[in-house]
Amino acid sequence: MKKLACSLACAAALGLSVTAPVNAAGISNGEVKIGVLSDMSGVYSAIGGKGSVVAAEMAVHDFGGTVLGKPIKIVSADHQNKADVGSAVAREWIDKDHVDMITDILNSAVGIAVQKLASEKHTITMNTGAGSTALTNKDCTKYGIHYLYDTYALPVGTATAIVKGGGTSWYFITADYAFGHSLQNNTETIVKSLGGEIKGAVQAPLGTSDFSSYLIQAQGSGAKVIGLANAGADTINAIKQANEFGIVQKGQQLAGMLVFISDVKSLGLDTAKGLQFTTGYYWDRNDASRKFGNAFYAKFGKMPTMDQAGVYSAVLNYLKAVKAAGTDNADAVRAELGKMKIDFFGSVGHIRADGLNVHDMYLVKVKSPKEFNPNVGHGWDLLKVEATIPGDKAYMSLAQGSCKLVKK
Amino acid sequence: MGLPLDAVLAQAMLGLTQGAFYAVLSLGLAVIFGLLNIINFAHGALYMLGAFLALIGLNQLGGWIGAPDFQINFWAALVLAPLLVGLFGILIERTMLSRLYKFDHLYGLLLTFGVALVLQGFFTNYYNVNGTPYPGTPASLRGIVNLGFMYFPKYRLFALAASLVVCFITWYVIERTKLGAYLRAGTEKPELVQAFGINVPLMITLTYGFGVALAGLAGVLAAPIYSVGPLMGANVIITVFAVVVIGGMGSILGSILTGLALGMVEGITKVVYPPAANTVIFFVMVIILLVRPAGLFGREV
Repeated sequence: MKKLACSLACAAALGLSVTAPVNAAGISNGEVKIGVLSDMSGVYSAIGGKGSVVAAEMAVHDFGGTVLGKPIKIVSADHQNKADVGSAVAREWIDKDHVDMITDILNSAVGIAVQKLASEKHTITMNTGAGSTALTNKDCTKYGIHYLYDTYALPVGTATAIVKGGGTSWYFITADYAFGHSLQNNTETIVKSLGGEIKGAVQAPLGTSDFSSYLIQAQGSGAKVIGLANAGADTINAIKQANEFGIVQKGQQLAGMLVFISDVKSLGLDTAKGLQFTTGYYWDRNDASRKFGNAFYAKFGKMPTMDQAGVYSAVLNYLKAVKAAGTDNADAVRAELGKMKIDFFGSVGHIRADGLNVHDMYLVKVKSPKEFNPNVGHGWDLLKVEATIPGDKAYMSLAQGSCKLVKK
Repeated sequence: MGLPLDAVLAQAMLGLTQGAFYAVLSLGLAVIFGLLNIINFAHGALYMLGAFLALIGLNQLGGWIGAPDFQINFWAALVLAPLLVGLFGILIERTMLSRLYKFDHLYGLLLTFGVALVLQGFFTNYYNVNGTPYPGTPASLRGIVNLGFMYFPKYRLFALAASLVVCFITWYVIERTKLGAYLRAGTEKPELVQAFGINVPLMITLTYGFGVALAGLAGVLAAPIYSVGPLMGANVIITVFAVVVIGGMGSILGSILTGLALGMVEGITKVVYPPAANTVIFFVMVIILLVRPAGLFGREV
């Protein structure tokens, strides 16, 4: 027992010496190491997963492979959608492997846990995968950046367009964890503010394979719109089964609040046609997005999802910030990221004190099989951009937010 | 709650369909465990394999053999895919499992778990993890029918009926025919049965093949309802194991009835308290095991 206590104390002492601030200038440990923490095999793996690792490696390659004369290394791991697994990986990465920045971190439960842990250890996180607004509000941290989208920005485009188009009463099928609740609340706020009505909601566990029961409940509510506050395989199954039960044909409309292009591909245009949603990236939007999309396709055989594109952009901008700051010291890099213009495939964003990257979002609509052009984009000619939502309209203002780091 | 009767009936109906899948899958497990004493962890992966064979036959096989218009339609797949899965199972049994009978249960479990991981990894490498839709639902089974209390997809009704028929035939063959009697005797006292001139090892091989063919059949039936994805087996197998445990390891009738009943319990839970829908079966399992450690229909050893 005595021995154990001693070794625990020793380990704690060692831990302290490792996390003590290193020299402020230059690259620590002879390299810049970036960790891609994602869902590699579960419900969200088609959104991020191995594609995110490929995107990060492409960013390193496009940056030139080295920064300030030192090599850049990408490591990756599977968090299995479990906050404890994700935290354990992040702890090992930071303490033992000296990882300088962690990105992707799909899944809000994991994202919040890892962001908190990494910030305590003075490590930057650039979250592209998780959606919960808690990341930059209640749980905001000094080194945590929420890069790509959040559950406030998603419904701004989608719900507004649908309510204005006559979809005035809503029923929600919600993924039963932080992300789903947050998305449902924010969507409700927008629907109500436009004079719409909420008929009810049902919480479905993450990874449900059969949504028919929830869909029948939604059908029974008589709402005009069934809002899907979920993502990935959950959204796909819900839309597919709604089609099977003839829910859309009987006059109710589906609204996917978070849809990725991989979901549309998986559903097929026959089932998904006409679906509107909000995204941060679509490969066929402008020259910059096309260039990355095609390069990614050549490497991975699929067009990138907005998460994978987000990882690419986050890694690239992080490396630019390291270069500009002349060091990988987290305080200096975070300050630089706050100052610089964040280039996101031709549009420009900026990172606020609460960690939110404010940039334009896009309202898109799934093409019908008739509009689909098989000769464009290797079979990925799936969406059309209907509107651009300017960053300051899409995201919550600092004044509305509740981050304690923001002085009001 | 004040739920209208129609809503409860509708949910029970949906639960029953889910239960029918549980029943066919747990039936295969129960046959294999009851007659071979193997805990077949590869069952979920073989269910997935059945679904993938149907999908590949419809979408890709034609291209591979140089005749793009050639397709294996749903009805053909319903026969062919379980046969192929069964053959694959026989291959596993002959080359690997048969070497493990003299050891502890645990070795068979580990081997089949490994087979499951290999299959899952293989399909994850080549197919969309989120699943690919199976577009081959026959025209005669598309659309919805009015059951009076709800509109129900024709295809699900068919899947429910087909599952029930398969369950009944399996139960009848094993519990009520001479062939079934040989099977049961062969596992109880193999030496004695062999002395009567019956080839016991062959019988065991065919039983394993039949058990996994049931998984393949469930896979084909599930393909048009759920997306065909590498993880579809892993998602369902834990629940199915719980069904087998609740029904009583190795009990044929037990696994069928428990599968159907638990599907309905899950369906009702989805209305009464949705967040518990994925866990309610395990609560039931804990309670049943406390009261009846051998399961509802199991024999005390």
